[in-house]
Amino acid sequence: MSVRTLEIDGKAVTGVAGQSIFSVAWDNGIHIPRLCHVGGVSDVGACRLCMVEVEGQRKLVAACMTPVEEGMVIRTNTEQLLAHRRLIVELLFAERNHICAVCVVNGACELQDLAASLGIDHVRLRYRFPTLSVDTSHERFGLDHNRCVLCSRCIRVCDEVEGAHTWDFSGRGVNSLLISDLGEAWGESESCTSCGKCVQVCPTGALFAKGKMVSEMRKDRRFLKYIVTAREKHEWVR
Amino acid sequence: MPVVTKPDVPAVKDNRERFLERAMSRHHYSGDALIEVLHTAQELYGFLTPALLKTIARKLRLPPSRVLGVATFYHFFSLEPKGEHSMIVCTGTACYVAGAQGLMRVLEHRCAKAGSTSPDGKMSVQAARCIGSCGLAPAVIYDGKILPRLTPDQLNAELDRIGVK
Ligand code: SF4
Ligand code: FES
Repeated sequence: MSVRTLEIDGKAVTGVAGQSIFSVAWDNGIHIPRLCHVGGVSDVGACRLCMVEVEGQRKLVAACMTPVEEGMVIRTNTEQLLAHRRLIVELLFAERNHICAVCVVNGACELQDLAASLGIDHVRLRYRFPTLSVDTSHERFGLDHNRCVLCSRCIRVCDEVEGAHTWDFSGRGVNSLLISDLGEAWGESESCTSCGKCVQVCPTGALFAKGKMVSEMRKDRRFLKYIVTAREKHEWVR
Repeated sequence: MPVVTKPDVPAVKDNRERFLERAMSRHHYSGDALIEVLHTAQELYGFLTPALLKTIARKLRLPPSRVLGVATFYHFFSLEPKGEHSMIVCTGTACYVAGAQGLMRVLEHRCAKAGSTSPDGKMSVQAARCIGSCGLAPAVIYDGKILPRLTPDQLNAELDRIGVK
C-alpha cells in the first residue's frame, strides 16, 4: 500500500493510494458535510455537498469521488464553499415538501442537521410544492416521496449489500422518482426481502418504519459498517 | 357441383416476439445491451408495456427497477401507446426566444401536455431541446416534417386541418 501525504485545512495528513479525500479527511477528524455518501457502499457523487477546493485546480471537486494525491493542498471550509453548500441545501428544501413538524425523524434527520450546521434559518428560493404520493403498502415500512432527496443511498445498499436491487430511480431531473421493481407498490414488490437496510440508511424520513409517531424514529447507521466489516474482514465488531 | 375448398390461409403471425428474441440473443443476453434491446422493443411494439419490460428484465438478468429506470430516463422510449400523429415542439434557446412557449400552450390546450397523448389518441405532443434548425425558429416537427417559423394562429389552422377538435 503506497502512502500519500497531503494537507487538509492546514493539517498534514496521510492516506493510502486510491482512498478518497473524503475518507482521509474523516479519518483525521475533519468532517466534510455529505448527504449521498454512506460508509459501506460505493460513492456516486450525487449531492455535491462534499465539494472542496484543491490548490492549483480551478474547479471544485467532490471529495467523495476524488482520490488523494501526493502533495495536494485542500480546503474544505472556505466562505465560497459554505455559500455553495447553503444553496444546495436550500434547493433541496425548495424541491419537495420537507415539513419537519410532522416528520418521524424530526430531530434526527441528516438534512435538518445539515441545514442547522450551515446556519440556514430560511430558504431564499420559491418552494415548488410538488404533488407527491406516500406509499404505505409495505407491511412494515413506508415511503414518503415528499421527503426524498434522491441521494440513492437506498438503491446502493439494496443492490450492493442486500443484493436485491428493489429500488431505482425512474424519470430524470426534477421528475426523478424512487421506484420499486416495475413501479408497483412497495408491498407488492417481488424482489424486496423486507430487510429494512434502506430504511436505516435513508438520511431523511422518506423511508420510515411504520408505527412511529412524529420525532419518534431514530435510524441506526452503524449496522451497515458491522455487516460490511463482517463480510469483508470476517470480523464481527460492534 | 364440385365443392371448392379454399386453400388454408395461414393466419397472420405475430413475429415481433421472435424479432425481439433475436435482438437479445445477438447481444448474448448481456445486461449491457439493455438500451439496444429497449430500442428494438420500442420499434417493434410502438411502446413498452410492463409485460414487455418484465420479459426483457428476466432475459437480460437485470433488476426490473433498473429496466424501468432506463426506459423512463430517455425520452425516446414511451410507456404509452403513441397517438396517430405527433408534434414535437422545439424548446431550444432560439425557438424559445422566438415563441415556442406560445405554441406549446396551443398544443397543451387543444391536445395534450408535452410528453403525453391527447385522450382521443389523435396527437402525441413532445418537447425537444434543440433540433438544430435554429434558422427556422420557432419550429415544430409534425409527423417527421418541419413546420418552420410557426405562429400560434398557423398552428391552430394546422390542427384544424388535421381534424383536431
Ligand atoms: S428514499 Fe431516502 S435513501 Fe432513498 S433516495 Fe430518497 S432520501 Fe435517499
Ligand atoms: S457526499 Fe460527495 S457528492 Fe454527496
